[in-house]
Amino acid sequence: MSARLPLKQWPASLWLAFVLAVLFALGMILPLAWLVRSSLMELGQIFIFPPQWIPDPFAWSNYPDALTTIPFLHYLWNTLVILVPTVIGTVLTTTMAAFGFSRLEWPGRDAVFNILLATLMLPFVTTLIPTFLWWSKMGLTNTPWPLVVPHWFGADVFFIFLLRQFFRTIPRELDDAAILDGANPLQVLWHVIVPLSKPALITVAILSGLASWNDFLDPLIYLQDSSQFTLALGLSEFTGLYTSQWHLLMAAATVVVVPVLVLFFLAQRYFVESITLSGIKG
Amino acid sequence: MLSAEAIEIAAAAPRPVAPARHLPRHRGQLAWAALFVGPAVFGFLFFKLVPILASFVIALTNWTVANTPSFVGSANFERLLADRLFWKSLGVTAYYAAFSVPASMAFALLLAMLLNQKLPGQRLFRTIFYLPSVMPVIVTSVLWLWMFNPDLGLLNALLADIGLPKAHWIYSEGGAIPSLVFMSIWHVGPMMIIFLAGLQGVPRTLYEAVEIDGGGALARFRHVTLPMLTPTILFNLVISTIGALQTFTQSYVMTDGGPNNASLFMVFYIYRTAFKDTNMGYASALAWVLFVIIAAISFLLLKTSNRWVYYEGGNR
Repeated sequence: MSARLPLKQWPASLWLAFVLAVLFALGMILPLAWLVRSSLMELGQIFIFPPQWIPDPFAWSNYPDALTTIPFLHYLWNTLVILVPTVIGTVLTTTMAAFGFSRLEWPGRDAVFNILLATLMLPFVTTLIPTFLWWSKMGLTNTPWPLVVPHWFGADVFFIFLLRQFFRTIPRELDDAAILDGANPLQVLWHVIVPLSKPALITVAILSGLASWNDFLDPLIYLQDSSQFTLALGLSEFTGLYTSQWHLLMAAATVVVVPVLVLFFLAQRYFVESITLSGIKG
Repeated sequence: MLSAEAIEIAAAAPRPVAPARHLPRHRGQLAWAALFVGPAVFGFLFFKLVPILASFVIALTNWTVANTPSFVGSANFERLLADRLFWKSLGVTAYYAAFSVPASMAFALLLAMLLNQKLPGQRLFRTIFYLPSVMPVIVTSVLWLWMFNPDLGLLNALLADIGLPKAHWIYSEGGAIPSLVFMSIWHVGPMMIIFLAGLQGVPRTLYEAVEIDGGGALARFRHVTLPMLTPTILFNLVISTIGALQTFTQSYVMTDGGPNNASLFMVFYIYRTAFKDTNMGYASALAWVLFVIIAAISFLLLKTSNRWVYYEGGNR
């Protein structure tokens, strides 16, 4: 393995690749450094050109300032009220559906699955208008319902696909053994499939939580009342209101992104595996 | 651990095999199936199929908040053909997709090939390359808005460092889309991982064969890597094209469709028509046009793919 070679024996091509990788890594990390640097500067220092990199002094007070300019805790609560039931509903219904599409035999199964899969190509904006009109007629805009309910009805077709791929790798003999013992499909799912699929289920939970945290368009459409805003929406509102307060804006943006980065570092392998899991390859 | 192996099997598994006949199944499988897939099928009917049809019906009406909807036939579609902004938004969206899709695919492939070299610090590189892709699009939009700032932004500071004049980035009519394309290549994480999985599936023996024939790095890339990656390229191409055609948040947060409609993406125009001008009928007509365009492009890409996509097990 080339990685084990001592430096002096590296071929030129490996050096070239390494230098390129370092350059790209620096380039990709630069915007994040800029984000943090701006979030810790006083406004006066931000307005110096050419820009300086090191805050002087470190304006830690930007964070409390930013978090009181917008009702941060309130928005965090609103975000979690949507996120938690979304993740539960997603994991529950995509697991059930994936089981139904991989372990049960019923006429038309694969055709139905392919139709569901095809909806991945459906642009969200085309179904958005009638769906919005319906929720609004029900008087449920400005509540978490329109944002949560679809996830209890298999809106996340990609996750169904992912779990179905994963379930197929579990030997059918295990099901059969359980069935011989008198287990019904629900028991097979719970006692055989779920314990063996934990990594895949965690992946789905993480990706669905991340999508909910990051979601912007759905809250924008359904939550017009600022008392219902999520963090993403609150940040957008903040951008519109305080365009020149870059230091506070960057502090608020940092706060929104930090939980995502922490989750990413803790659970990185699940992000990467989700893609390998789907069986997409050359 | 089971997981890692299972995933490798999943990755290596051939396409669906006919379900093997195992023990005789419960007679009541259909009832169980209804329980298991019922919610998803109901969701498909209620949140996808009915809305897509309803959207078409609404497109045939004059539906605003102010009046009672009335049936107007194809009037919305006729209006659209004469709507300068519609054509503008179509052009903007196509322009963006035509550049951001190839640019981000090429960059993703380049990063994947670097990661595939087994460099020291490979895991750290992978983390850094992937990192921007997990950030909320609202945060990246706000951050890049600040980086594009002509007077105080990072990008003009970098230009100044190498002695170039200030650019106006998203604030100039000609610069808006190129700037957003540049921003788009920052989010190539998932595509990069998919390419990496593809690269790892290329048999080493093929590279050795090229070497025996005296081919260099370029020959390896052209005659082994690229052909073997075509299925992966097709997948990334379809997914990223569909995504690029639905760009919204950047124009909403950063440019408000401007300057002078230079970044009036279709989805942004539809959003504005539906939720600012509350013209649901016309917005639905626009949304249907986008739907047809996306369906047609996906169909064409998949249909023509057998001319250039190579499947190891023979063409399907």
